[in-house]
Amino acid sequence: MNIVVCVKQVPDTTEIRIDPVKNTLIRTGVPSIMNPFDKNAVETGLRLKDQYGGKVTVISMGPPQAKAVLREALSMGADDAYLVTDRAFGGSDTYATSYILSQAIRKLGPFDVILGGKQAIDGDTGQTAPSIAEHLDAARLTYVLDLKVENDKVIARRQVEEGIEIIETKLPVLCTVTKESNKPRYATIKAKLASLKAEIREITLSDLIDADVTKMGLKGSPTKVKATFTPKRNACGVTIEGNTPKELVVSLVDKLVDAKIL
Amino acid sequence: MSFETCRDVWVFIECFKGQPKNVGLELLGQGRKLADGLKQQLCAIVIGKDTKEAVLASTEYGADKIYVVEGEEYEDYSADAYGNVFQKLCEKYDPNTILVGATVNGRDLGSKIAVTLRTGLTADCTALSVDEETGNVVWERPAFGGNLYAQILCSETRPQMGTCRPGAFKKPEKTLNNKPVIINETIKTPAEKIRTQVIDFIKACEDNDIRLDEAEVIVSGGRAMKSADNFSVLKDLADVLGGTIGCSRAVVDAGWLPQSKQVGQTGSTVSPKIYFACGISGAVQHVAGMSESKTIIAINKDETAPIFEVADYCIIGDLFEVVPALTKELQERQQG
Ligand SMILES: Cc1cc2nc3c(=O)[nH]c(=O)nc-3n(C[C@H](O)[C@H](O)[C@H](O)COP(=O)(O)OP(=O)(O)OC[C@H]3O[C@@H](n4cnc5c(N)ncnc54)[C@H](O)[C@@H]3O)c2cc1C
Ligand SMILES: Nc1ncnc2c1ncn2[C@@H]1O[C@H](COP(=O)(O)O)[C@@H](O)[C@H]1O
Repeated sequence: MNIVVCVKQVPDTTEIRIDPVKNTLIRTGVPSIMNPFDKNAVETGLRLKDQYGGKVTVISMGPPQAKAVLREALSMGADDAYLVTDRAFGGSDTYATSYILSQAIRKLGPFDVILGGKQAIDGDTGQTAPSIAEHLDAARLTYVLDLKVENDKVIARRQVEEGIEIIETKLPVLCTVTKESNKPRYATIKAKLASLKAEIREITLSDLIDADVTKMGLKGSPTKVKATFTPKRNACGVTIEGNTPKELVVSLVDKLVDAKIL
Repeated sequence: MSFETCRDVWVFIECFKGQPKNVGLELLGQGRKLADGLKQQLCAIVIGKDTKEAVLASTEYGADKIYVVEGEEYEDYSADAYGNVFQKLCEKYDPNTILVGATVNGRDLGSKIAVTLRTGLTADCTALSVDEETGNVVWERPAFGGNLYAQILCSETRPQMGTCRPGAFKKPEKTLNNKPVIINETIKTPAEKIRTQVIDFIKACEDNDIRLDEAEVIVSGGRAMKSADNFSVLKDLADVLGGTIGCSRAVVDAGWLPQSKQVGQTGSTVSPKIYFACGISGAVQHVAGMSESKTIIAINKDETAPIFEVADYCIIGDLFEVVPALTKELQERQQG
């Protein structure tokens, strides 16, 4: 089974910097981690491989330092890693990112399952992975808990607001996974060390000869950031006064009633 | 889709088993604002096997026009079938703007339509307005766990599209005597084109458990709760106010409550009328999921806890004393 997992490097901290001219994110200098949901996606991929055999390829689009998350995936047990990187890819919105990733995946050859996280914690859109499926004209299932494969038939459990759907589909399919899907395995020290030496191949614009450059980068992105700002927080909330719990709650309830909240 | 000819603001009325979800009705309120700003019409898009309830709700909540597509193949959501309907409708009627709820299926459908039509989609918007000069919708959304807000434009392609989280906006007032134009469209999606089939469904919540994203009052507890059993203290308060309980990630990690109760960046985003944070420190990842609540009440022993920076009402105290007292006070006032 040919399994591709899309992993994204995301900033870990609250330390956010924005390029004031281009209004895009400056990623250099901010501590980064693998998007937590993508770790679950890697785990899902590895479990499929454990069960059905095959190969797990991880792919990430980003600057050179995004190789760190690819190495982490390798240390968990992925077989191959590719970084999709080029100046021409910078400033891509979810449309352009998903297009570029879809073209890179196409270049890697036919796949059976593509996996991604349900969302990335920096952008929080949850759009990129299903959009990849659309660019590849593949079936997609978001918020998948687990999937079983029998021949080319796939049975997946999918988490929706109201409960769990049991879904039947066929390979090839793209699935995004959630936190509840599984508990990602830990890498051994030995695997971690080995991953540091592993080769991570790059896919650049020149490798995507059949792709449409007008769908890439800042220019190929239908949405543009007009302005960014930090939210106003009302640090001046009312502190409820009182010496006993009873006094505190009487005062609170009075205030809530006055403000017509209750 | 042409910039010059495209018209109208469309709102997808998402349904579950024939019942319209609140988010679509909330978006009719926002859609009305945008439609008025653009001097265009507000249209509801209803797709399903049985569309009666959704058409009725779209009428009550002020749609000028309702496009209705019925068929057996639309009983359950699938990206293929619903995407096909939207593509056909867009080709025929050329909308200017499309609003979709940022639900599990809404996010999926939104991305499907946007890629098919090669246009922009802004996710999880929390404020919408129209730049009247350019006719662009200004899509405002949080990023980085709510640490940053961005205003996004889709200025070169149409339709311009966005998703909005359930509860991010209030449902508009019902309009009496609204007589929308109802357009029944026949669009078939052949079975072989629908690549995913729902073959079974397992209902999540126990009965009379209110879902987090629909609750008007949420009483959340953090690591300070110390055990699963102690949540009965919060449940009592929630019951008096007709609400439900939620929690921080620390609680889920400890195994005291299921992940479906977690509020925050990696849990649910909620915006109830009242949010109680009891023994929750207020980490950015938690705040990201509840900062849009109308009123936030924080109870914490530590007066420097960051939760007090987002709270409207701050109680410095022990939750195990304050919460039961509050429950009792409310019960007494309700009876008296
Ligand atoms: C990638 C990532 C994603 C995350 N996603 C989420 C998320 O979705 N949701 C989430 O909640 N967290 C999330 N977290 C975790 C988050 O950073 C915090 O660790 C977590 O929210 C802390 O939970 P807490 O406030 O319950 O615990 P603590 O931070 O330990 O706070 C406990 C608080 O209780 C107070 N307290 C103790 N005893 C009492 C008492 N008797 N009465 C009153 N107050 C008392 C203490 O003063 C303290 O402020 C995420 C973290 C990461 C890295
Ligand atoms: N730059 C990227 N490189 C690889 N995968 C990505 C990238 N951006 C998004 N993804 C995948 O798409 C999922 C959803 O991301 P998002 O739509 O940004 O919330 C992530 O969990 C990843 O699996």
